Amino acid sequence: MFFLQDAPANTVNYMIAGYAVIFGVMLIYLISLNLRQRNLNQDLEVLKDVEEKD
Amino acid sequence: MQTKPRLLTVLDFVTAALFVLATGMVFFYAPLEAVMGQVQRVFYFHVAAGWVGMLSFLVAAIAGVVYLTSTNRKWDIVSLSAIEIGIVFAFINIVSGSIWARPIWNTWWTWDPRLTTATVMELIYAAYLMLRQGIEDPDRRARFGAVYAIVGFVSVPLTFFSARLFRTIHPIVIGTNEAGAEGDFDMTPMMLQTFMFSLLTFTFIFADLLWHRIRVGRLADKVEQLRLKTIE
Repeated sequence: MFFLQDAPANTVNYMIAGYAVIFGVMLIYLISLNLRQRNLNQDLEVLKDVEEKD
Repeated sequence: MQTKPRLLTVLDFVTAALFVLATGMVFFYAPLEAVMGQVQRVFYFHVAAGWVGMLSFLVAAIAGVVYLTSTNRKWDIVSLSAIEIGIVFAFINIVSGSIWARPIWNTWWTWDPRLTTATVMELIYAAYLMLRQGIEDPDRRARFGAVYAIVGFVSVPLTFFSARLFRTIHPIVIGTNEAGAEGDFDMTPMMLQTFMFSLLTFTFIFADLLWHRIRVGRLADKVEQLRLKTIE
């Protein structure tokens, strides 16, 4: 498809899509790690309270 | 509440700085590829993500071996953490590769040996997470997980060498002149520098994420133990 071309193919939309996936998935994973850590810290506090009451 | 080690904070900043630099190099330093155009820029982070995926699975297998010899649960946490990160980055690798393939191969997907083995590898490790979900006893879960991480690692060299062992349209980045390879990939010095810098950056990202994920894993372990103690 590119054999007879004299200029680079216009593939900018695919580049944007590719980097949207790369940055997007990495961001989602970072948020997920952060949320899990926050929830676990809350769980730990609750369990410590329960243990103290017992 | 866990206190964050100072070294981890330093690693966070170094990794973030490297990531910004690598992104800058990809978009402003690396030259435009003469045939493929802008989509070729996906290649730098696509390969780096694949590298992190395979590195993660290697770390998981090593941690699995250490767990089986020591039965220290911290190695189970390392193995699980590495596999989770590996799944995320292997997913990035597969999807970004598919997007790159659309304008270059004129298809989103083809059952090429490299693409197929990479997908099988991803599914094998996704099944690892499912296996863990199904086992209640933490020691048994860790033991099964360790064996699975070791056996599952067979899929990693198979994926890496698939483009060399079988006829494939997938480009080979390292050692392009090998017999049987259909793909070829010539890089200019600036492209090569950007590529190597991306690999370095993603290695830092892996180390940073692994440390964070291990901390989450330790916290989860602590919560689980406390929960079991409370129930008793």
